[in-house]
Amino acid sequence: MPENKTHTEVNDVAPRFNLIQSLHRNRRLLFPVVALILILIGDRIIQPNFFNIRVVDGRLVGSLIDILNRGTPTVLLAVGMTLVIATKGIDLSVGAVIAICGAVAAVLISTTTLPPLIVILISIAAGMLCGLWNGILVAYMGIQPIVATLILMVIGRGIAQLITNGQIATFSNPTLEFVGKGVLLGFPFPIFLSLIVFGLVWLLVRRTAIGLLVESVGANDRASFFAGIDAARFKVFVYVISGVCAALAGLIVTADIKGADANNAGLWLELDAVLAVVIGGTALTGGRFFLGTSVIGAFIIQAIQTGIFVSGLPPTFNLIVQAVVILAILFLQSEELRRLFVRIFTSLRKPA
Amino acid sequence: MRSRQLLLAVLVTIFAILGSAVLVHAQDQITVGFAQTGSESGWRTAFTEAMIAEAESQNINLIFSDGQQKQENQIAALRSFIAQGVDAIILAPLVETGWDEVFQEAQDAGIPVFIIDRNVTADPSLYVTRIASDFVYEGRLAAAWLATATANREQCNIVELYGTVGSSAAIDRATGFAETIALFPNLELVASQSGDFTRTGGKEVMESFLNSLDPASICAVFGHNDDMLIGAIEAMKEAGIDPADDILTVSVDAIDDIFVSMMNGDANATVLLSPNMGVQAYAAIRSYLAGETLPALIPVPSAMYFQDTAAEEYAARTGG
Repeated sequence: MPENKTHTEVNDVAPRFNLIQSLHRNRRLLFPVVALILILIGDRIIQPNFFNIRVVDGRLVGSLIDILNRGTPTVLLAVGMTLVIATKGIDLSVGAVIAICGAVAAVLISTTTLPPLIVILISIAAGMLCGLWNGILVAYMGIQPIVATLILMVIGRGIAQLITNGQIATFSNPTLEFVGKGVLLGFPFPIFLSLIVFGLVWLLVRRTAIGLLVESVGANDRASFFAGIDAARFKVFVYVISGVCAALAGLIVTADIKGADANNAGLWLELDAVLAVVIGGTALTGGRFFLGTSVIGAFIIQAIQTGIFVSGLPPTFNLIVQAVVILAILFLQSEELRRLFVRIFTSLRKPA
Repeated sequence: MRSRQLLLAVLVTIFAILGSAVLVHAQDQITVGFAQTGSESGWRTAFTEAMIAEAESQNINLIFSDGQQKQENQIAALRSFIAQGVDAIILAPLVETGWDEVFQEAQDAGIPVFIIDRNVTADPSLYVTRIASDFVYEGRLAAAWLATATANREQCNIVELYGTVGSSAAIDRATGFAETIALFPNLELVASQSGDFTRTGGKEVMESFLNSLDPASICAVFGHNDDMLIGAIEAMKEAGIDPADDILTVSVDAIDDIFVSMMNGDANATVLLSPNMGVQAYAAIRSYLAGETLPALIPVPSAMYFQDTAAEEYAARTGG
């Protein structure tokens, strides 16, 4: 009996100890969460009704819902981008892929009689194709990822403009519109879509060996190759995933305004996605990656944006405020800066 | 007697001038080089098409060059126009600076340069005149309509969908709008945020306005362009607000899609940003070549469109 009791005591203590230890070990991952909470509190101080949520025609309406909803394109891109960056790559073409896939969907739905689900699948296939192109350039042609994806970033908008004939291609189709502005259980549908995609990708990389292999390719693709991993195939795989995520983001932004805007859809969104991944703690040098905090990173960017919108500040301050807040977050994450502060602090205390 | 003779002489002279003018008009085909920035937007494409169509109808030999968003292409085009010895050059400048040298070359060759649309910082003696829309006037026009529409309301809170920060269209439209609503004590601008001239931007900004302000307290929305306002209409509908009835709308550009919104009763008014500047441009060239002096700025007239004529205008535009 006494033995048994000691055993339970150990069991009681062990998980608590593990939790604290794991929190300490992963404290880098806590920063994005802390930063998001701080920004939300900041938003609440600026705008007292920021946390208010009301119900209009069976849908929840409020700034917090806006952050979740408006953040979804960046969240989707960040999920794909995290995997790409984990292989030491980068995908600058996602913004242009959004424009292409949105254009494909809008033009097909308005000029053909194809059923909406087929149109959506074709649009996703277009995204896969873009990813495949990027992946082949990077993995089999040996072109630097930043250059390889820059090609599609530049010509992608041209392709989208060709598809839409240079105009904003508008359409009216309830099924396709639902992807961007539908309501499910009171929440905007894009939130569910991004949750599903995040869940599927998480299961794929964390419940199989794929995640580990991707990290291995990013940490050292030559060593991985000699260890028997087909590094090139994994690189193609992550760019295809990124292309699919961009296609879904493209469907959302296109459906949201019932029109494909080849010039502006997803413009500069690739940079937001990279920023979200970096805020989430994944290093651009590849290797270990953090899917969950990339998503938090995307919501941080959106929380700043929505906060600025409700702040009443003149629009001319937008970019400066954004830059300052993001700089503050990156400072918070910088080990070097923290060590410097500790040094200054201890040297100040010594004379006293 | 003398006076009658004098009158006769004057009349003969007038007819002679008029006759020769008509003759010149019918016979002299002038050659004009037109350097466009590129084709970055639907408006720009419409602008190019209008310039070409107007040249054809006026029997002008137009040499068109697409700069593809590069100033060096435009400068090369200007040099090629000079080498071809055109009668006049029309430049839609991509950027404001860096034109002095090539303008000097044109002047040395005796070819007049006309600026269209955006401005340049070059020495005014190097070019003849600028033909452009007056963005400040567009803002004033929008505000003036709003003042009339809300004349019997005690208080009207306006939200503004600002264009791209730093663009002259956004700055000037905001200025014209603000200075005009300042004349009316019942009009007040309560919020202004940038929607980057895009539909998604306009929708997102309007959503945030409807969350941060009491939607019932918003009386009108002013969009720096139609696209942002079309996005805002979506946001209002999703928030259970009837656009154009609960919240008045006015925006600038008069693109085709805003007429559809007006036909559906979702938008009230739009200010025309005319892409057809050819009429003014070619008239200016002809009068300059005829020896007339021209003002430094020739404005392209703006107009307003409302719901009652929306269907008609839309049908006319889409060839319906």
